[in-house]
Amino acid sequence: MNILVPLVFYAFAAILVAASVMVIVSRNPVRGALFLILAFFCSAVLWLLLEAEFLALALIFVYVGAVMTLFLFVVMMLNIDKLPDQEGFVKFLPIGVLVMAVLVGLMIMVIGPHHFSLNTFASHQMHSSDYSNVAEVGDTLYTQYVMPFELAGMMLLVAIISSISLAHRVRRPNTRTQDIPTQIATHSEDQLIFANVDEKSDPFANVKIKKTKKRGRK
Amino acid sequence: MIPLSHFLIVGAILFGLSLAGIILNRKNLIVLLMCVELMLLAVNTNFIAFSQFFGSTEGETFVFFILAVAAVESAIGLAILVVMFRNRGTINVSELDSLKG
Repeated sequence: MNILVPLVFYAFAAILVAASVMVIVSRNPVRGALFLILAFFCSAVLWLLLEAEFLALALIFVYVGAVMTLFLFVVMMLNIDKLPDQEGFVKFLPIGVLVMAVLVGLMIMVIGPHHFSLNTFASHQMHSSDYSNVAEVGDTLYTQYVMPFELAGMMLLVAIISSISLAHRVRRPNTRTQDIPTQIATHSEDQLIFANVDEKSDPFANVKIKKTKKRGRK
Repeated sequence: MIPLSHFLIVGAILFGLSLAGIILNRKNLIVLLMCVELMLLAVNTNFIAFSQFFGSTEGETFVFFILAVAAVESAIGLAILVVMFRNRGTINVSELDSLKG
């Protein structure tokens, strides 16, 4: 137990950092999305170590199940080839590494072991095995935070409506599209020809096939 | 036990990496959106770590709302991306310069 928890933590933290490095350097966006899924899984394991079971599972369900599926759908729908040259990748590489190093260095100075080690910041008590994180989170969510919860639901509704209305394909004029009802529609004049039947002459000599006027949209 | 600072350092490294990704990737808007998702993940890890070490569930409630907002953001962002690709034929960030004088 004592050796297992740090082992799991450091292993999955290492995989998490490696996966996020791969997300930002991979040229193929599909591969980047798959590495992002790996990062979400590792992060869910870290959240399980912090006894946030509900949120860890919600991360897997919501992110891996819905959001990343959406990402993969869009990546494959847009049909972007593998990027031939990372435009500006080399150019911005020194700036990016510098910004990242400065930012992470400053953050580690602030949040490092000097301030938040086990001596200065006591370890949390592990709960007993009959502790339910879902009940705990639900308790706060449905009493103190009812109003934000309902607002989050409204926000999701707005997101549904807006994304459907954005991505819904409207037929524009001057584009060639199939108009199925006009294609299968027919008139009686197209199908029935009145002709004078005479034995001597060609019965269809003076028959003009009447052209029906063009139907359908302009 | 694992000290709080290690969780925070993991979150900081994740945040820095995603910021570097936003700076580096000028070619593809999808990768930028993925970097923003990664950034939110780092922030959520910090929230959960602090919430656990303080022994309260307020932080976890906040993470719940952040997850909802992030899902909305990525859904609408991807819809805008699809519309933009349909109209312009590109999602290269450096080519989206209609407002440039």
